[in-house]
Amino acid sequence: MLGRTLREVSVALKQGQITPTELCQECLSLIKKTKFLNAYITVSEEVALKQAEESEERYKKGYVPPYNATVVQKLLDQGALLMGKTNLDEFAMGALGSDTGGSTRNPAALCGVVGLKPTYGLVSRHGLIPLVNSMDVPGILTRCVDDAATVLGVLAGHDCKDSTTVQDPVKSFILPSLTDVSKLCIGIPKEYLVPELSSEVQSLWSKAAKLFESEGAKVIEVSLPHTSYSIVCYHVLCTSEVASNMARFDGLEYGHRCDINVSTEAMYAATRREGFNDVVRGRILSGNFFLLKENYENYFIKAQKVRRLIANDFVNVFNSGVDVLLTPTTLSEAVPYVEFIKEDNRTRSAQGDIFTQAVNMAGLPAVSVPMALSNQGLPIGLQFIGRAFCDQQLLTVAKWFEKQVQFPIIQLQEIMGDCSSVFENDLASVSLKQ
Amino acid sequence: MAAPVLRWSCPARRWILANIDRGPRHGRGSPTGSRSSGKRGQSSVAQQPLATAQKPRKGEHQWAAVVGLEIHAQISSNSKLFSGSQVHFAAPPNSLVSFFDASLPGTLPVLNRRCVEAAVMTGLALNCHINKKSLFDRKHYFYADLPAGYQITQQRLPIAVKGSLAYSVFVGKNRNQVINKTVRIKQIQLEQDSGKSLHDDLRSQTLIDLNRAGVGLLEVVLEPDMSCGEEAATAVRELQLILQALGTSQANMADYEIQRQIEELENGGEILNETRSFDCKLGCTVPMRDKEGKQDYRFIPEPNLPPLLLYDSASLPAGADPQQVINIDQLREQLPELPRVTREKLVQQYGMLPEHSFTLLNEVGLLEFFQNVMKETRAEPKRVTSWVLNTFLGFLKQQNLAVSESPVTPSALAELLNLLDQKTISSAAAKKVFEELWRSGGKTPAQIVSEKRLELMQDQEALEELCQATMEKHPQVVMDLKKGNPRAINKLIGLVRKATLNRADPTVIKEMLERQLSS
Repeated sequence: MLGRTLREVSVALKQGQITPTELCQECLSLIKKTKFLNAYITVSEEVALKQAEESEERYKKGYVPPYNATVVQKLLDQGALLMGKTNLDEFAMGALGSDTGGSTRNPAALCGVVGLKPTYGLVSRHGLIPLVNSMDVPGILTRCVDDAATVLGVLAGHDCKDSTTVQDPVKSFILPSLTDVSKLCIGIPKEYLVPELSSEVQSLWSKAAKLFESEGAKVIEVSLPHTSYSIVCYHVLCTSEVASNMARFDGLEYGHRCDINVSTEAMYAATRREGFNDVVRGRILSGNFFLLKENYENYFIKAQKVRRLIANDFVNVFNSGVDVLLTPTTLSEAVPYVEFIKEDNRTRSAQGDIFTQAVNMAGLPAVSVPMALSNQGLPIGLQFIGRAFCDQQLLTVAKWFEKQVQFPIIQLQEIMGDCSSVFENDLASVSLKQ
Repeated sequence: MAAPVLRWSCPARRWILANIDRGPRHGRGSPTGSRSSGKRGQSSVAQQPLATAQKPRKGEHQWAAVVGLEIHAQISSNSKLFSGSQVHFAAPPNSLVSFFDASLPGTLPVLNRRCVEAAVMTGLALNCHINKKSLFDRKHYFYADLPAGYQITQQRLPIAVKGSLAYSVFVGKNRNQVINKTVRIKQIQLEQDSGKSLHDDLRSQTLIDLNRAGVGLLEVVLEPDMSCGEEAATAVRELQLILQALGTSQANMADYEIQRQIEELENGGEILNETRSFDCKLGCTVPMRDKEGKQDYRFIPEPNLPPLLLYDSASLPAGADPQQVINIDQLREQLPELPRVTREKLVQQYGMLPEHSFTLLNEVGLLEFFQNVMKETRAEPKRVTSWVLNTFLGFLKQQNLAVSESPVTPSALAELLNLLDQKTISSAAAKKVFEELWRSGGKTPAQIVSEKRLELMQDQEALEELCQATMEKHPQVVMDLKKGNPRAINKLIGLVRKATLNRADPTVIKEMLERQLSS
């Protein structure tokens, strides 16, 4: 059951082939068996079982339950390795993350799953802890593109609680199975061919381009001239908004509070020093620097202007007849932890987000689709970028691509019995906790 | 204190005084010369242009004071500016706090339509230009009553700019010479109120009540066109009346602060550049947090709120959902009558003096009282005005009562004035009746008149006889009178009055006596 698509599972539930509780138990069991992967920070077993129970009741009553948007409690961006708290609705469908600079797509690429960042304004951010309000979007992680489309169809739409969601009504959609790509125009941004790109990823990127071409699509090189400024621009805007958004964490209304009682200010300072780690503190300090009166014009305003230029790059490319852009998602396969910790977070972010964060600045939809395994057996994915609010078209192309490449999706429950010991040995020496 | 307090934030209270030459100041146009720039978004104080006839020597300057003000008025609305929690006063602490108000992460602001309408209406009433596009910003500072660590305000582009407020000051010996003045409105902006801090010095702790956090405020910035505390107070009073007439704010102010400042200014003192608040226990204002000093608010556009777009009838998009758009022209048509117009009408309709129209409006509920009396009485408006503004208001002030607490109803006063008008009682008697009405609510004037036997004698013949009798009884006085003693007539009148048990009009008595004497 766990290897089926969302739609298949949904049908099975409706037909009574499996009950919500049974399905929930299966998921929980798999989570327990793969505990050494540390994919889950928290497993809300009781809540899940209770929701399954409620779901069963509803099935008995015979009406279609509405989607209950669950609030994402926390998302930790660990860089190359995804460490996420996945949130399951009562059908155990899909998983939600958030994508500000690539933090849904990057892990998706490295883990061999589909990671979708919808157009900004399409999906409500209410309940999403903000990092950068003007770039954050709830991200969707699924096993296949169809599932991503299903989840998006359910999540998208105006939310009166989020003033940045668009008013136009959004219909849920079923992705057509594209057979003819001859009318498609695929753009390959030349600035994305950077020296740091691993040869494996580069070759897969080429292969993908050729694939489209061989099936009749028009594949052309395009230019996004301001790409080289996007990391710095992102850094200024991101830290500025982070500094603002973190101002609320003072320990007064909720969360950690230290014991200092001398004065309010002393309490604030100590609470915030204790509660925030180095990365966050660094961002807050940077952001506040950029927002100082004497710096605002030169940093924040300037970065906003550059952001406009970057967004316009995409507009110009799409206006010239390109339907979808094809780029790598990450520079390489997942970097081993030991290698990873050699660079500081800022460098890692700068490297890791290079292909993904311009998309956030432009508010466009983008999806990472797994393509192949590396020589080391680790997943590599490629990214498709679409026009604003053309998420359906984007996913249609992605679905075609997915079908073409036939990525070997991991079937955990099948191999569990055989290879669990292998997994345990390999990973025993690596601590995935920070 | 249950009533909402109009909190003062007047950073321009520091007296930045300008050089002028001796002699009369030249007419004030818009101030030229350098502006001392305050912080972003706060009004600054201008210097008067120099008008020199001779070079002033050091130490020989005359100073002219200028005052600018920032006034925060709480918007009368059911819910807060960006969240759905209710706006009530004197609710249990922290009982009107939504997740957004408590700054729980993931919550987002949603703009309250009623607050926008209140801002537009206030802008229109103050002759402002309404910005069809305005923006929201975050103003950051750390304080316990500001949960998010920032306030959402309109610093870059507020909703209304460049208006004016007309007010009148009364000068002269009797304070009956009207001088009409205008103060320019720099801007009106929408912003959030903060919560309340209660400092418990005994336990060295501060208690935070977030009921007020997020309530909508209108910040009205007045340019430094006022030249003394009294002008400032008058201008603010007029603003208060306008806001109350519009219904956009209850604008109940702590008059204490105005008084304090006027006194201090008139004593030549200096007002610190600070924000003060009214401490009801101490009965005076106390300094609040120090807003001067090295405060960089690190303004940033509020990313969760798109620009606020307003329309007028010309620019309204076809087929727009009326729930989603605000039409400035429509709001303009719906503006209620403003105080200035009300006063003009009073002067025209009742022929009252301008200063009386001001008094009627300045006292809460007094105008309504007056109008209710007018409805039920045949007495002349001038008489009603006099009774309401002198006698009635006098009694209220003496006992520190509001109009709503008056033991005398408009009906009762109307009845009394009718009796007076019909000459059933004399003026003096009427005053007595009024006193009794005040003391013992419940009795009607007619009852009191009959109880105290205050009716004027209607029987003219009887009065004639009394006059005659009195004169006969007091031949000495009559003699004095004939000799030309002016005081004698008053003595006679007094004697007759006494004989009538004060039920005769002195003027009538005098007339009778004189007639009898001359015959």
